[in-house]
Amino acid sequence: MNEQKTPLIRLAKRDDMDPKRVWAIRGASFLVAILIGAIIFMVMGHNPFSAYGTIINGALGKKTAIRQTVKNAIPLLGTALAIAPCFKMRFWNIGAEGQITAGAVAASYFALFWADKLPAPVLLVVMAVAAAIAGGLWGLIPAFFKAKWNTNETLFTLMMNYIIIGVVKWLQGGPWEGRPGSQIIPQFEKSACLPKVFGVHCGWIIVLVLTVLMYIYMSKTKQGYEIAVIGESLNTARYAGMNVGRIIMRTMFISGGISGLVGFVVASGADNTLHAGVAAGVGFTAITVAWLAQLNPFAMIGISGLLAVLQKGATTLQTRMEVPASISEIITGIFLFCMLGCEFFINYQMIFRHKENKEAKA
Amino acid sequence: MESVHAIELRHITKRFGKVVANDSIDLTLDRGEILSLLGENGSGKTTLMNMLAGIYLPDEGEILVNGEPAAIRSPKDSFDYHIGMIHQHFKLVDVFTAAENIVLGLHDGKLDRREIYEKVRAISDRYGFGIDPGKKVYEMSVSEKQTVEIVKVLYRGADILILDEPTAVLTPQETDRLFKILRSMREDGKAIVIITHKLHEVMALSDKVAVLRKGKYIGTVNTKDTNPQALTDMMVGHSVTLNINRPDPVDVVPRLTVKGLTCLDAEGVKKLDNVSFTAMGGEILGIAGIAGSGQKELLESIAGLYPVASGSIEYSPEGREPTELVGKSPMEIKKSGVAMAFVPEDRLGMGLVGGMGMTGNMMLRSWKKGKGAFVNKKDPNKLALEVMESLEVVTPSVECPVRRLSGGNVQKVLVGREIASCPSVLMSAYAVRGLDINTSYTIYNLMTEQKMKGVAVIFVGEDLDVLLELCDRILVLCGGQVSGIVDGRKATKEEMGLMMTRVAGRKEEQA
Amino acid sequence: MNTNPILLLISAAVLNGTPLLFGTIGEILAEKTGNLNLGVEGMMYMGGAMGLGGVFYYEKAVGAGANPVLAILIALLCAFLAGAIGAVIYSFVTITLRANQNVTGLALSIFGTGAGQFIGEYMRTREGGFVAISNSLKDVFQNSPFPASLQNLPVVGPLLFCYNIFVYIGLAMAILMALYLNKTRSGLHLRAVGESPATADAAGINVTRYKYLATIIGGGISAIGGMVYIMTIAGCVWNHEGLSGEGWLAVALVIFCIWRPMNAVWGSVLFGALMILYLRLQLPFIPDQLYKILPYVVTVVVLIITSMRNKKENQPPASLGLSYFREDR
Repeated sequence: MNEQKTPLIRLAKRDDMDPKRVWAIRGASFLVAILIGAIIFMVMGHNPFSAYGTIINGALGKKTAIRQTVKNAIPLLGTALAIAPCFKMRFWNIGAEGQITAGAVAASYFALFWADKLPAPVLLVVMAVAAAIAGGLWGLIPAFFKAKWNTNETLFTLMMNYIIIGVVKWLQGGPWEGRPGSQIIPQFEKSACLPKVFGVHCGWIIVLVLTVLMYIYMSKTKQGYEIAVIGESLNTARYAGMNVGRIIMRTMFISGGISGLVGFVVASGADNTLHAGVAAGVGFTAITVAWLAQLNPFAMIGISGLLAVLQKGATTLQTRMEVPASISEIITGIFLFCMLGCEFFINYQMIFRHKENKEAKA
Repeated sequence: MESVHAIELRHITKRFGKVVANDSIDLTLDRGEILSLLGENGSGKTTLMNMLAGIYLPDEGEILVNGEPAAIRSPKDSFDYHIGMIHQHFKLVDVFTAAENIVLGLHDGKLDRREIYEKVRAISDRYGFGIDPGKKVYEMSVSEKQTVEIVKVLYRGADILILDEPTAVLTPQETDRLFKILRSMREDGKAIVIITHKLHEVMALSDKVAVLRKGKYIGTVNTKDTNPQALTDMMVGHSVTLNINRPDPVDVVPRLTVKGLTCLDAEGVKKLDNVSFTAMGGEILGIAGIAGSGQKELLESIAGLYPVASGSIEYSPEGREPTELVGKSPMEIKKSGVAMAFVPEDRLGMGLVGGMGMTGNMMLRSWKKGKGAFVNKKDPNKLALEVMESLEVVTPSVECPVRRLSGGNVQKVLVGREIASCPSVLMSAYAVRGLDINTSYTIYNLMTEQKMKGVAVIFVGEDLDVLLELCDRILVLCGGQVSGIVDGRKATKEEMGLMMTRVAGRKEEQA
Repeated sequence: MNTNPILLLISAAVLNGTPLLFGTIGEILAEKTGNLNLGVEGMMYMGGAMGLGGVFYYEKAVGAGANPVLAILIALLCAFLAGAIGAVIYSFVTITLRANQNVTGLALSIFGTGAGQFIGEYMRTREGGFVAISNSLKDVFQNSPFPASLQNLPVVGPLLFCYNIFVYIGLAMAILMALYLNKTRSGLHLRAVGESPATADAAGINVTRYKYLATIIGGGISAIGGMVYIMTIAGCVWNHEGLSGEGWLAVALVIFCIWRPMNAVWGSVLFGALMILYLRLQLPFIPDQLYKILPYVVTVVVLIITSMRNKKENQPPASLGLSYFREDR
């Protein structure tokens, strides 16, 4: 009788799940992603084992390769950290791309025009501070309008990305252009470049320190508490006497500031110059890193590492097996879809009709 | 045909997680009759009806419509059985017109506005609704929105109507008009269910009354064979002599003086109209009124959470100069030394953070305390353990998110925290809503304890019996105005019921 | 040949705006059901690569006898399917699995740009470094479908009859979309889903089905925009540099035209004009590159003004970005 009445599958929210099962589900989704990737390789006529082998080998096989992988992971991790407090607050900042670029612009200004006037350590500090402020201000603008008129922040921050990138394109071909007609900004002086530690620019130290700081900020400080409360409920925050608008603006300034700092690290450490692609999509990829890490700073290290391995490995795949390097984006995308989707099985439970009947009989 | 019921429910059970919202309920409804579904808040009335409307699926049991087993898996199935439900929270699209909302979900032919308007007007004229089909919903009053909801179900040919607490948001005049409409629908042979917890409406309108208590079906009686006292007994299980401990107040002093308080909502509608009263330290001031009479706005404006259009709220602490609270933010109110505790109606949406544990929620009042950038977690943790122990909060640990606790425990966490701040004013809104009897008494005793400590307690309640046994004075609100302040020891329920629907001093009261 | 600078500007603006028009109309359809699909960029990449690939392999198979009408249909179909595939993934993850829309959309952008580029480059390496389409077929995509007599009319000719066929298809699509959304029952239901899924659900509308269909069809339409860019502006060769940013511009245009397809028509022409204005209207104090950010600046201004005025009709669909679970309590 019941057979015709209830649908085949019914959904219910799940209260709590054993952490072991949570990780089993996440692990399974990871395997599914690898499997789908393998199928793609097979369709293209490659042995999936050797393809994955090449990726891992290409990313971690040699010292130089590891360095490049770490270099790829630095901005991802840094930006994911920047995004964490916003997303915790449910402020959907998808403008990290622009905030990175804004930071890079400010850092580059000092690198290009103050290199001969300031001693190297001071110059680097000035660049870092300027980058953080510029990134922070770039993030503050949409936050201000959100606080004041509830302007949609997703769309606003998105637009801000392309405005600043356009400005860099103008700088590249205009006021900051190196050789006339080259459309390229000259390389920074040595003194404006981040020094290397263990063969990689010291940005990795910066982001690791930031990871710890962000963990402390989010879980131990008053401001972190405010952010958590706002993310849960605006009304509760007001009830507790929090000035929601001010906290939104402050948090976005911090978030933009960290992104700006990442911009400085990339321009000064990795690229040694400024170009329109300084953020190179990191601002977007980092959002997925932060989200998949459940906004936990330490988990972000692992996820950004994973994506960096994919990125670096794919370039090796291109040279060795003639697979276009864009395969890395495809596989990254598949990983993201699988891992985003698997949270469903953690948060919801499916009640199957036949199982229910059995339970009823029992 | 006579023996076939329009609706028959058999052994319907519905669970949410571990909570049993409906426990094996049987119910019948016939054409040409109005059935009241009576029960306290949280007794499972709405859940039960939502299964007829296709919002929820029953876990067990069966539904028969016109004697045939019916599979209502979705709202669409529900329409196909000619069942129409008017929810308490209107399901209307704000940016659509009345007509667009009315035809929403229908598939007959193209979207011919003129034809739809005509049909809407025809229904409107037949029962005397008087609605403008082209008016946008966001421009409408609450009563207009309700009218749109009713026309919506009639438009799609519903002959079984379910109304979920339809009068909660209406003025007395609007209620009378609604009842007139419902009676004329009954003459039309429609079967009508109204969900309510108001006895006088049950007596005035319905033919039969079905009573639910805590998810269980208690019974059905004919209205003409019963009386409010008997119904109340069915509803609450025993005769309502509550025996709440009420010591006489000692040393009462004015603590909070509200003068001419007026508040407007975002649309500019007056939510509070020239409200004046004094709350005394050492007594419990009850606030009574039908839902939405301005109780929420009153408490929130005192707490600095609701904008005040005009008037003053003066706080007089012991041995110090009075402070004006209007215009101050909650933080400023706190900083100026006003020890005010507020237990809001919306526990998890306002008073507590559902995703945090008890410790995190204790911090909501103290997070700013102390120097430096870091939060002090030790003291809140201690406080959480104290509250857990003294109020017998059932939770796996103080870190378990309070969202997972039962309603009573959630309320204990909230009240416990507020009292722990040693307030001199304690405000609480519907503090016992959804709680079992024992927990309710715990809360009453906590309030009384505070009163004896000299705190000015403001207690917003919906159960008149409780208000009459707990409070020293009771302020009755009606439509945002004060219709009177009565002595809790002398006033009668009838007297207060009257004041809740009419503002004292008006001419028509004489009639 | 027409030499009037204003007419030249208009026709160039229309040409540059047309890919955006498709991208925008598709995204409007998705957003009207509350699905903020930020994967437009990715879907346009996929559409561009697949559309080009479809025509290339069709011509390779039939040789010189390629049927122009069939070629255009193949291009449209391939691009549509490419976008629809992307949107299916997005829909499954956000609607059925209820993942965060912003993050999933970005993932689709990453995936789609990768997939588009991959297909583009894969074809190039397989076909010996060059994927080209014969000139006669190129003309089919890039020239006006109208007879020369109409095109040569003074003023009216260049203004109305000189565009490639996709301009007219796009215009028709916008009109159809506006009619669908505002004049049909199904369109009313679709808008209700985006405004208040709980209300729509209670009214018996299948929320999941509307969300899926609108997002998938919308994704397909958006992807056609990518194909149009490759086949008209980029000259029928794979050019990911040029395509880069078109999708985000389309997202901007959706806001700019406050979710109305007919506004998208003139909006896309305006955006197209802003994109190429630096070539036509040189002002001494505004550098070329800064012209290119104008569409984004204007969009921000529109966003701010609509939020300040707070007029109900001009707001984003109320449930935009939120997933829906019926038994949510």
